[in-house]
Amino acid sequence: MSFEPKIVGILCNWCSYTGADLAGTSRMKYLPNVRVVRVMCSGRVDPTFVLKALAEGADGVLIAGCHPGDCHYDNGNIKTMRRMPLLEKMLGQFGIEPERVRLEWVSASEGEKFKEVVDDMTEKIRKLGPLNALNKSGVAKIRAETRKEVA
Amino acid sequence: MAEKLKVGAYWAASCGGCDVSTLDIHEKILDLIQLVDFVFWPVAMDFKYKDVEAMEDGFMDLCLFNGAIRNEENEHMAKLLRKKSKVLVAFGSCAHMGGIPGLANFHNRDEIFQYVYKDSPSISNPDSIVPQTKYKVDEGEIEIPEFYNTVKSLDQVVDVDYYVPGCPPAPHQIWGVLEAVATNNLPPKGSVVGADDRALCEECPREISERCVDGFIRPHMKIPEKDKCLVEQGIFCMGSATRAGCGARCIKCNLPCRGCYGPLPGVMDQGAKICSALASVIKADTPEGVQKVLDTLPDPAGYFYRFGLPKSLLHRRLDNAPESPDEN
Ligand code: FES
Repeated sequence: MSFEPKIVGILCNWCSYTGADLAGTSRMKYLPNVRVVRVMCSGRVDPTFVLKALAEGADGVLIAGCHPGDCHYDNGNIKTMRRMPLLEKMLGQFGIEPERVRLEWVSASEGEKFKEVVDDMTEKIRKLGPLNALNKSGVAKIRAETRKEVA
Repeated sequence: MAEKLKVGAYWAASCGGCDVSTLDIHEKILDLIQLVDFVFWPVAMDFKYKDVEAMEDGFMDLCLFNGAIRNEENEHMAKLLRKKSKVLVAFGSCAHMGGIPGLANFHNRDEIFQYVYKDSPSISNPDSIVPQTKYKVDEGEIEIPEFYNTVKSLDQVVDVDYYVPGCPPAPHQIWGVLEAVATNNLPPKGSVVGADDRALCEECPREISERCVDGFIRPHMKIPEKDKCLVEQGIFCMGSATRAGCGARCIKCNLPCRGCYGPLPGVMDQGAKICSALASVIKADTPEGVQKVLDTLPDPAGYFYRFGLPKSLLHRRLDNAPESPDEN
């Protein structure tokens, strides 16, 4: 079986989610690898969300928000623009390739851009292969234990 | 008089600082001796492992376990002491979150052996001898414990009742913990004791002015102004993502917080939180500008997880982790 990446997409309500919706209602075809989570603003994306997704089986995380200047909460996306590069730099030290975490600006009218971003990101992660954070040595056992605790 | 509490203390992968900190309760140690009997404390008194093995299960009322789980012996002792104690406490940052030894999770066993036994500038090892777990000598086969690829916190190998954070835990907090056990005044299982539920910033005497910075410097590069927030002076400080309770010891010495008291209640990943907080003081509105500021931060993961890599969401570097899920 060929590898199909699982990508978690965290999209801001006002622009990117609407943009993704437009791609759908315009019947554009794009790869089905992104699972979308809607947040009110890209500034809401805590680095914890990204780490948790990667730790629990996602092969990549896409974060999309309004273009700079267009954030409905004035500057949420500027905060994201400062935060995500720091997170990516840190993830590099965990051996996680930069292609796996991606920040994009997608406006409500950019259904086409959403499609391109999803296709391109999926293609790149297909080449990288699975992140497989779940099955690495020792880590798998630790996770199994932690889950038991929570249950 | 009621019977004295039977207390054990053990060090796994640690530096011994936690044990020293226990002695730093000073003359209170005399009160302590009134309350407790140490039945196992290898750093201070002569005990053998077989003394512990000979104890009945649950014999010790309290065991203060410091140090991370780095090798097979640490894990064996953790399991043994768990069986022999009624209350097991992860004592200090290493047992709590993996601590400084946990930083080794950016590497694996082979990389560590390669550096320590071959590449390190202070080593001379012409025959490239590296430790093995088993070796045949004339007298028979000898064994040493296996060195793991991944360092773990205590609760990743056994069930833990309480956590006392700190590298090392502050002496006044240690006393509080011992008193709580002696008077049977214990919080719910799994609690972090001997620390606050607020961020260190709340305890910090320095002033904040919401200033942003265009670059970070390392603590040795400048003597910081004494009454101003360190982050606003461009010095990376973990205070906003770290529990209070230490008495802001480092801050008062004009040094930044390094995060040893661990994440705040409800936080899954201390590094993620400080990543967020630190990014918010970056003075730049373009990706290029942000990049320029980040270039001044050479080792973010090392700073963010200085004491907590094994307990973080990812636990270790992934691309050099052995593939088999069963390997330690
Ligand atoms: S509302 Fe879209 S990024 Fe803030």
